[in-house]
Amino acid sequence: MNLSVQIGKLRMQNPVTVASGTFGYGAEYARLIDVNQLGAVTVKGIRLNPVPGNPTPRTAEVTSGMLNAIGLQGPGVDGFIKKYWPFLRELKVPTIINIWGTTVEEYAEVARRFDALGGVGALELNVSCPNIKEGGAQFGTDPKLLSQVVTACRAATTLPLITKMSPNVPNIAPLAKAAEDAGSDALAVTNSFPAMAIDVNTRKPKLANITGGLTGPAIKPIAVKLVWEASKAVKIPIIGMGGIQNADDAIEFLMAGATAVAVGTANFYEPQTSLQVIAGIRDFMEKKKISDVKEITGSFLPGK
Amino acid sequence: MHEQTVQIVSHERDAESYFRLVLRAPQIAPLIQPGQFAHVRILPLKDALLRRPFSIFQVAGDTFSILYKNVGKGTQALSRMRAGEELSVIAPLGHGFTVPKAGGETPLLVAGGYGMAAMFLLAQRSTQRGIVFVGGRRRVDILCEKDFAAIGWEVRVATEDGSHGEKGFVTIPLLAELKRTAAKRKLFACGPTPMLKAVGKIAEDFNMPAELSMDEHMCCGVGTCLACVIKVKAGDSWEYQRTCTEGPVYDSRQIVWEGTK
Repeated sequence: MNLSVQIGKLRMQNPVTVASGTFGYGAEYARLIDVNQLGAVTVKGIRLNPVPGNPTPRTAEVTSGMLNAIGLQGPGVDGFIKKYWPFLRELKVPTIINIWGTTVEEYAEVARRFDALGGVGALELNVSCPNIKEGGAQFGTDPKLLSQVVTACRAATTLPLITKMSPNVPNIAPLAKAAEDAGSDALAVTNSFPAMAIDVNTRKPKLANITGGLTGPAIKPIAVKLVWEASKAVKIPIIGMGGIQNADDAIEFLMAGATAVAVGTANFYEPQTSLQVIAGIRDFMEKKKISDVKEITGSFLPGK
Repeated sequence: MHEQTVQIVSHERDAESYFRLVLRAPQIAPLIQPGQFAHVRILPLKDALLRRPFSIFQVAGDTFSILYKNVGKGTQALSRMRAGEELSVIAPLGHGFTVPKAGGETPLLVAGGYGMAAMFLLAQRSTQRGIVFVGGRRRVDILCEKDFAAIGWEVRVATEDGSHGEKGFVTIPLLAELKRTAAKRKLFACGPTPMLKAVGKIAEDFNMPAELSMDEHMCCGVGTCLACVIKVKAGDSWEYQRTCTEGPVYDSRQIVWEGTK
């Protein structure tokens, strides 16, 4: 039975990674699960310099999901390399580093820095964070800007590039195509959905930032649809994500057109989820006599 | 730190909306230090997905307990669970209190409401006896007075409605005691943020050490989500630190206080 998949030059031993921002920098959960069993570890977004992040409250629980507006708090490239890379470098599984910037040049510079570091599995371009004023989502919703970011990063590195797509667009196809045409090796579909919640007793927003990103099982059906639509628009592989809690959820993404999946919010409440998903995919393949996980990708039957 | 599915050994109402929950957790119980917490997944919650953090109250053999107030959706669902049912627990978590040693500073513990729960293990493990100051709105909000008395600690009470002990905030009996003497004494506090801020100010005024257990909105509990951060002094500036990992207990001098919530 083959569970391994290829994301550009990046080989994953199985199709399951974790979503950026839900797994810290790997070491935090290594005390609870064997991270070497994952397909890859994807770390929280890094820009060139350290970022303090947003005021609190930064998260709020909502029905079947949560809102977050962390504001991409992070150590910057140098802080990351000093504090977190020594652990990640020693892992048997590749690290996908999620990167962002407020200008095209900053994206490219961060990409260059991680290219020079050596040993990085892939870079995920975060062009879709809803919680920062500059950078992030503005690049992910305009095909021209998106193309510029991907082109600049492509020129800066030979590492596999995964463009993390915004869900906040009327049609994902032209953006997916723009990323592919500019040299992206894969797409990550999707990021959190802009959302808000109000405490009716205090009349205050539940997040200090007022708005945030909705994640968790509440978004899963919307994310599955986006994966399907993106997969029809491009030939490059897609990492599907959005509310995955178990193997059936993950298989749904694969059937919709994803080559790999990422477990996100579920890590916060059930750290074993990603490993349970891997085991569950294996069981499913055994039961359905599927020898290669790639056979599941795009295999859903839209007809009657 | 372990993630374990644990069984409820007993679950009793303490008073009004307060409950004592005892869990059998052989891997976790021996590791627990005073001031640490357990992150609990309450499976009957279903569409409310996140774990709930609770201070660890007591440890006995292979069990530990929490003492909680039914204040919302999570604790309400928890309060309906019975002995024999299971919960998923990640514990022990966080950086707890420095346990006072004989010959060191005399510990003065300050608790507000169910903040009292986080104090018991500290008192029990301390080899230096001290005084516990506890405050609450009404008599019924004064928890585990007897538990402290049973381990030989003096308890001084204040209630806002005057139904038990002194009338007013817990800082009234605390200040009275510190005016007698503050030398060679140290404060340890857990309770609502305004109370912690007041205790921090008192420590500053009397130029004495204080450890405060900070209460922030928490999500993952293990340091990845960055939801539970507070501002902590760093050189001439400040940085956000995670109350689940670097905290919840901080030296009061480290904390950058913002507008009281």
